Amino acid sequence: MKTSGMKNKDNDKTAAANAGFGPALTEVASSPHLVESGRTTRRMMIDVLLALVPVAGAAVYFFRWPAVRQMAICLAACLAAEALFALMRRHRPPLADGSAAVTALILALSLPVTAPWYTAVIGSVAAIGVGKALFGGLGMNLFNPAMVGRAFVMISFAGALGAAGYQDPGSSIDVMTQATPLTAFQQSGVSAGLADLFLGRTNGSLGETSALACLIGGLFLCIRRSAAWRIPAAMLAAAGIIALLDTGLGVEGWTAAHHLFSGAMLFGAFFIATDPVSSPLTPLGQIIYGAGIGALVMVIRLFSGYPEGVMFAVLLMNALTPLINRWTIPTPFGGQ
Amino acid sequence: MGWFGPHGGGGGTFARGIHPPANKHFSTGCAIEVVPCPERVVLPLQQNVGGPCTPVVKPRQKVAWGELVGRGEAFVSSALHAPVAGTVERPAMTTLPNGRHMPAIAIRTEDPGLTGQDLWEAVFGGPWSNDCIGSYEPQQIHEAILEAGIVGLGGAAFPTHVKINPNTQKPIHTLVVNGCECEPYLTADDQLMRQAPDAIIAGAFLAGYAVGARRVVIGVEDNKPEAVESLRRAVGRTGIEVAVLKTKYPQGSEKHLIKAVLGREVPLGGLPADVGVAIGNVGTMAAVARAVVRNRPLTHRVICVTGAGVARPKNLMVPIGISIGEIIDYCGGLTAEAARIVAGGPMMGFAVADRATPVTKGTSGITVLTAKDIETSAAGPCVRCGRCVEVCPMGLVPTKLAQAARTGDLRLARRHNILACFECGACAYSCPARIPLVQWIRVGKTQVARSQGR
Repeated sequence: MKTSGMKNKDNDKTAAANAGFGPALTEVASSPHLVESGRTTRRMMIDVLLALVPVAGAAVYFFRWPAVRQMAICLAACLAAEALFALMRRHRPPLADGSAAVTALILALSLPVTAPWYTAVIGSVAAIGVGKALFGGLGMNLFNPAMVGRAFVMISFAGALGAAGYQDPGSSIDVMTQATPLTAFQQSGVSAGLADLFLGRTNGSLGETSALACLIGGLFLCIRRSAAWRIPAAMLAAAGIIALLDTGLGVEGWTAAHHLFSGAMLFGAFFIATDPVSSPLTPLGQIIYGAGIGALVMVIRLFSGYPEGVMFAVLLMNALTPLINRWTIPTPFGGQ
Repeated sequence: MGWFGPHGGGGGTFARGIHPPANKHFSTGCAIEVVPCPERVVLPLQQNVGGPCTPVVKPRQKVAWGELVGRGEAFVSSALHAPVAGTVERPAMTTLPNGRHMPAIAIRTEDPGLTGQDLWEAVFGGPWSNDCIGSYEPQQIHEAILEAGIVGLGGAAFPTHVKINPNTQKPIHTLVVNGCECEPYLTADDQLMRQAPDAIIAGAFLAGYAVGARRVVIGVEDNKPEAVESLRRAVGRTGIEVAVLKTKYPQGSEKHLIKAVLGREVPLGGLPADVGVAIGNVGTMAAVARAVVRNRPLTHRVICVTGAGVARPKNLMVPIGISIGEIIDYCGGLTAEAARIVAGGPMMGFAVADRATPVTKGTSGITVLTAKDIETSAAGPCVRCGRCVEVCPMGLVPTKLAQAARTGDLRLARRHNILACFECGACAYSCPARIPLVQWIRVGKTQVARSQGR
């Protein structure tokens, strides 16, 4: 790409007669010679971290110190795993790109606050190691790393992290004594209040309870164009339509709005499904992918034994992403 | 404008594309200066798309200003004329701005001839009476263009006589004249439209008549209001329309200009003629007027010397074959911050490293960028954010094309229509991982073209 000066034989004569522009100017490079400043991969990751601030804030507000502890454990474990796996491949640890920190926070915020510390550590190592490094690092992974880590520990420690694990009757923190809204509804038909769901006064994984915080952070991401808006839009639209078909106008007090504001629907739509690496490239592909996740979440919620299904829905659609990219090659300008 | 509306029937824009900072302030409004005649000019034998020309002069032969020095043999090739009066030197080699080595005819100036304002008047000065131009026959116009060695002056350098040809099989209904100058920094066409609108209008009228067009529309972006005003004043009774388009890169791509002006899409792999359109740049039209009305060949062009890396940015009229180093010296030399010299604009131009590189017919400017302008951070891995897909004016998937090129997967490259890419650079400009997408795609296009040639 870069040549220092004109080393070509043909050119020696002319070069001798007309000295170049000086050493600083003899580098040549391919066009374009400009780049959009302020838009780098690192900046995209920082945007995600900024967008997670309200979500993390709500988590700390409702779950207190255990939330801070959870995020700290995941951050430390993910960064250590990133460094370890990079060193094993004799690469310089790419900690500055911010991607490991993003994975860490999303994993921490998708675990229940009751998760034992070792599940957070194992989940982090699985996320970075199995989810990302095994595929070749940033940009190469097929599945969302944070969801790989979460699925790994959720299946390995089903007792601690299953629906029952969220509840801690002896806890001094109010929301933790309740079942999660989706579990309560599935098992006993009890509906949570919409206002509680919207603000986050319910039990659940750390980052998912406050719909408001997820919306604020998510809209920031979409406006900054650091997340593809089509994915959350299609996911929420598909889930909303299926929820409407199922609940009509609010059977038993559980409406379509309850479906959208409960569980990891919003957190997943804005922060998990939008992981660029594991989602499709093309605009149409992003819509298909988002709608697929929304539909799968509703299928799992309505027809399976699990109260919630964002993680499995995202992982399933991740597996389809290469196919979706292949199906949705855009029609070029002037093409039929 | 008639019943076609302010944009001539199209929407006045096209889908996708980018809005890089225009940075035209360096040279906007600078009146075109005539560069003093250089002591020597170097004329590469191939300055255009298509075949090279064959020299018809021998070393030590005297040539007059405008005398034929190279003849285009192939259909798609163009003639070459002496831009100065002087003596032909020994055969020389030179490096084109795009890096190709090329035999050239060098001429040492003996008689500077016309200079300054006199030269300007001879090339672009009036009058360009619109009344007498009806007296030329289409075939006559075509032949005058052929003999004058005119190529597209917007940068592509496609021989104009091939496009402005009354004998094409496909009927032409509209001539679109490209006054977009969508490249950041460049202002040469803008200034030419302000200072020589009559020559442009006369050329457009002649070219439109030659191809049998019923309409002639000049497309100008809305960041050049003075140029629009100037052209509208010059239109007179010719019936030529001026369409004002929303500023966006790469509007000056012929396919996207046709879409913006007429709302029609040139089919994939096709030519403007497939939708009944002929297209040419404003500078080309001025050269056509000069060739037909005054019977003078293409020997000079207007270029823009700009950027924070050059001491005094200017718009200049220069003879073809003058060296880039000489032009930069005329503009006060480089500043301390200068870091890269680009022949053309910053999006599609070629970085040059040699002062002796000559200005060719297709050189629309010299942009000198600073270290601050060019970011040289290393490329990272693609995170598949899809920005390149969102900005590609051709509707391609640039990162897939780059991947196909890198892995030599020609099937993938073809499935993604790699040959449709015209290297505008919108993808690489927008890529957050700073992947040199255009460079990879060029590699891939070469591979695909080679495999098809076999």
